[in-house]
Amino acid sequence: MTELIATSSGVPWPSDKVSTIPYRVYTDEQQYKLEEDRIFKGPTWNYLCLEAELPEPNSFIVSRIGEIPIVITRDKDGEINAFVNRCAHRGSLLCLKHRGNAKSLTCVYHAWGYDLKGNLIGVAFQRGVKRQGGMPENFKKEEHNLRKLNVAVFSGLIFGSFSNDAPDIESYLGTEVSAKIKRVLNRPIRVLGYNTQGLKNNWKLYMENTKDSYHASILHTFFTTFEINRLNQKGAIIVDESGGHHVSYSMIDSSLSNDDYGQQNIRSNNAEYRLADPSMLEGVDEYGDGITLQILTVFPGLVLQQIHNAIAVRQIVPTGVGTTDLAWTYIGFEDDDEAMIERRLKQSNLAGPAGYISMEDGAVGNFVQRGITGTDEDTSVVMMGGETAESQPFRATETSVRGFWKKYRTLMEGQVPSA
Amino acid sequence: MMNNYRDQIERLMAEYSAVIDNDELEKWPELFTDACHYRVTTRSNYANGFAHGAIWANSKGMLLDRVSALREANVYEEHVYRHICDSVRILNEDKKLVQVQSNFLVVRTMHTGQMDVFATGMYVDEIQLNDNLALFKQRIVVCDSHVIDTLLALPL
Repeated sequence: MTELIATSSGVPWPSDKVSTIPYRVYTDEQQYKLEEDRIFKGPTWNYLCLEAELPEPNSFIVSRIGEIPIVITRDKDGEINAFVNRCAHRGSLLCLKHRGNAKSLTCVYHAWGYDLKGNLIGVAFQRGVKRQGGMPENFKKEEHNLRKLNVAVFSGLIFGSFSNDAPDIESYLGTEVSAKIKRVLNRPIRVLGYNTQGLKNNWKLYMENTKDSYHASILHTFFTTFEINRLNQKGAIIVDESGGHHVSYSMIDSSLSNDDYGQQNIRSNNAEYRLADPSMLEGVDEYGDGITLQILTVFPGLVLQQIHNAIAVRQIVPTGVGTTDLAWTYIGFEDDDEAMIERRLKQSNLAGPAGYISMEDGAVGNFVQRGITGTDEDTSVVMMGGETAESQPFRATETSVRGFWKKYRTLMEGQVPSA
Repeated sequence: MMNNYRDQIERLMAEYSAVIDNDELEKWPELFTDACHYRVTTRSNYANGFAHGAIWANSKGMLLDRVSALREANVYEEHVYRHICDSVRILNEDKKLVQVQSNFLVVRTMHTGQMDVFATGMYVDEIQLNDNLALFKQRIVVCDSHVIDTLLALPL
């Protein structure tokens, strides 16, 4: 690994800071290839799926880390496992279904079979046919298991890592980010549905966008257009020690509140209300802490969203240097009553591919990707709120975007940049 | 009689495609009853009983809000749809609330000239018939693919 870093650090940066970003990081094929080794297969924890998606023993679901196909299983003992979705024989995709129940997984190509722990349990015609052919005597099944990943389960989220150097998951996330995940995912999860947004931009542009609290009220004009009063909101940004993870949240500021905002977290003065059906915005404070919005990222590819009662997990999956799948899983909780489910479904209009306050995010990464075409020798500037990446008690800042690059450069270059 | 009510239903279908494709979105909510259900979902969500929709509305007011958000708030590159729909399958004999299904194909053309098949799928409708007026009480847009290219602005 050290040798690799010595031979290539990828796209050169103008300085050791993280406040100017070379555009080539979004366009360079070689950089994209390096990211697979150093980020996705590096000492990181990659979100794979929800524990709730594997509710019973002998079940499986597929996912990806970077472009690498992954199978996640709950085996007969109830343990969670993850491995590359690739037969150890000739490399064919093993699971062709998205999810299912099975006691073992058998490759369609030559019928090699594996248990849900990833161990090779059967080789077709291992002893040959009529004493002819077959595997040599020195072939040992236990040397040909599936390529296994390390697995961590945290608050109902399943993460996988190719590397033995990733710290334990709580140390990886840090105390504050861990606490904010536990805050949202505090009880058994129920899935409300899925969809995927096909983005025509490099994966990092979406991750940066999600961490960018500067753009929120500028690009997304839904709240301001409809004169929905948010003046009594205060917010802050948490950036973890590594820089890679962040939390942006806003909450009721009781010192500014002059009417009953407790139950109806956001509402306009009735006289100015311009929505024909404002019931969409009638949230309840289900966590009892007045936090109406919390956007949280875990490096490299997870976003956990709470917008009022609309809760979703977004998985950022690169599909090429200039394309990304953004896989949305919309969730509620097992203890939701019908009214709460309806509230979540209504408020989900705010987010997702058609979201009132997020549809622009699907396009803006592509605007950058197109904007930098042919001039990627230049750099962008990320200096709102300074040049470092620390937690800040305000949101007109790009501190968590710089945090992303701090973690990114640390992994890509093997040393921590000046941030 | 049968022909008459099929005529009404097909007029509603034609109107639906026309108001979206001809950029007369303001007329789109008027094709629904006041209490209605409209959602855009995926074949997989629909088959597995997941209630989420990328767009989810249970009142004409929410449809009106969708249109005004598109007109006044949301940012997206200019584009148009072309709906190609087949004839409807009438699934019940009820003359007041008719359940029908039909197929759609929507081609999206961007202002750049980029043209793609944006969605294919099935409409699962409940149509309320009153005298000569047919309105959607329910329209579930079941897209074959779970992937939406870039964003979903205009309704499907």
